Amino acid sequence: MIRINDVSKVFKTKAASINAVQNVDLNIEQGEIFGIIGYSGAGKSTLIRLLNLLEVPSNGSIKIADYDMMALRGKELRKARQEISMIFQHFNLLWSRTVRQNIAYPLEIAGVPSAKRKARVDELIQLVGLEGRGDAYPSQLSGGQKQRVGIARALANNPKVLLCDEATSALDPKTTSQILDLLYDINQKLGLTIVLITHEMHVIHKICGRVAVMEDGKVVEQGAVLDVFRNPSEEITRAFVKQITENDESLEVIEDQLDDANGTVVKLTFIGERTEKPFVSELIRDVDIDVNILQGNIARTKDGSYGTLFISLEGSEDKVKAALAFLENHEVQAEVITHG
Amino acid sequence: MDEGFLSNVNWDNMLEATWETVYMSSIAIVFTFILGIALGLLLFLTSRNQLWSNPVINWITAAFVNIFRSIPFIILIILLIPFTVAILNTMLGPQAALPALIIGAAPFYARLVEIGLREVDKGVIEAARSMGSNQFQIVFKVLLPESMPALISGITVTSIALVGYTAMAGVIGAGGLGDLAYRDGFQRNNADVTLVATVITLVIVFIFQGIGDLLTRKLDKR
Ligand SMILES: Nc1ncnc2c1ncn2[C@@H]1O[C@H](COP(=O)(O)OP(=O)(O)OP(=O)(O)O)[C@@H](O)[C@H]1O
Ligand SMILES: [Mg+2]
Repeated sequence: MIRINDVSKVFKTKAASINAVQNVDLNIEQGEIFGIIGYSGAGKSTLIRLLNLLEVPSNGSIKIADYDMMALRGKELRKARQEISMIFQHFNLLWSRTVRQNIAYPLEIAGVPSAKRKARVDELIQLVGLEGRGDAYPSQLSGGQKQRVGIARALANNPKVLLCDEATSALDPKTTSQILDLLYDINQKLGLTIVLITHEMHVIHKICGRVAVMEDGKVVEQGAVLDVFRNPSEEITRAFVKQITENDESLEVIEDQLDDANGTVVKLTFIGERTEKPFVSELIRDVDIDVNILQGNIARTKDGSYGTLFISLEGSEDKVKAALAFLENHEVQAEVITHG
Repeated sequence: MDEGFLSNVNWDNMLEATWETVYMSSIAIVFTFILGIALGLLLFLTSRNQLWSNPVINWITAAFVNIFRSIPFIILIILLIPFTVAILNTMLGPQAALPALIIGAAPFYARLVEIGLREVDKGVIEAARSMGSNQFQIVFKVLLPESMPALISGITVTSIALVGYTAMAGVIGAGGLGDLAYRDGFQRNNADVTLVATVITLVIVFIFQGIGDLLTRKLDKR
């Protein structure tokens, strides 16, 4: 669906030239949700803006659907852009227009006659769950509702691709989750290809199938989300994995407990594991050891559980060894922190 | 001569002068609005990192605007006499003041328009581009509607300056309340004529201000 080949972008300023995007290769398939994660300044926004040519690449080639983007000019480019929609961190709605009028904007641009426009706007309002708010102005909406308008507007002309630039970064966790659910629904219902940029891991593991990790303008790692996060090969990827498996709070708490704990403290890390099986009770039964749960932080998602669990194993040295072997056999990542 | 309060006021003349002032100001406001927006758009669109980014045209427009904004109005009227005669074929009556009024006010308003356009969220323009808008659509569906409250409050300020300018238009025989206050009131020492002309001028200013404020408030949905 999207073929990005050796694409670079250099910004020339008076002071210096900035290599915002360097030799990026990506293939994004029809109907998938592809995530791009990186820290601030990594070049994510620049990369996604290259896709619809809001920014012109310095070199490389970009093919989206049947369009060779860089060969397009004027009218052709504008036509192509109607099929490659975009939503934004700060929503970018026209405050002078109501919700309905905002959603109608791309239809006006596409020259849809007004009767059809009205019907389509009704459909979209329903799709994004904004029934009854059609005549409100953006200033009267919450952030989540504004992004729903942004999504409805982006879908108006039945695009093939939806580009999301930090679409949930201005929203609280609960609203983020709702908007991500909506994007996932739309992807399932309409088969729309979604490219999503973020600096937050939980956004990636919530809805993305594949991910690319960006650092200093380069894609340093890419692949299926679970593969990349189970076996991160880059330092930065490991840092992102930590975002979801442990939070600083839990580490602090556990450090306080380490001195008091008798037994061997083990940190279990879950990245997409099936924790449905009651492996803790199995462990206690099979190995005959005491397991004390010290601290845990696990989130269940559509493809397994993410998080960490600190346990203390209390028993003879042999039992502890047996327990560790048990964990290894059950493909739970275990790391011994202290020996009792 | 002085038989009582307001006894020197010739109400027919006062009415005519009022009409002349309202006529001059209103027509000038309409044309200033159009010309000012055109100039303001040109200033904005040709500036750095904008749609038509063009330093040469930007420089020329800015120079034109700055020069005409700096010339004192009374001098502008006199300088423009040949131009006025050329386009209107006359130098009589209130319409003779219009070219000077418009050319005096439009550059001032153009700067206010430019400021208003700069306030339009860059992200919104980018969103419009991402949806496949052409430049015409960006100007008329995004830039102008989104900056409308600023454009209206700008024209309100300008229209009040314009009412002031009309008072000077008497120099070229354009009539109006300022002219009446000067000739009938000041030169003949009829303080009551000056007073009435001043009060009527103030009323006109308040009405313009009121309409402008009302429109701005109605349009501003931010
Ligand atoms: N128009 C521009 N002119 C010059 N430099 C730019 C321009 N746009 C971006 N850059 C630079 O390119 C680099 C990448 O910026 P970009 O906005 O793509 O990062 P990002 O990954 O989206 O960051 P964030 O998470 O903060 O949005 C930065 O160093 C930035 O300063
Ligand atoms: Mg960004």
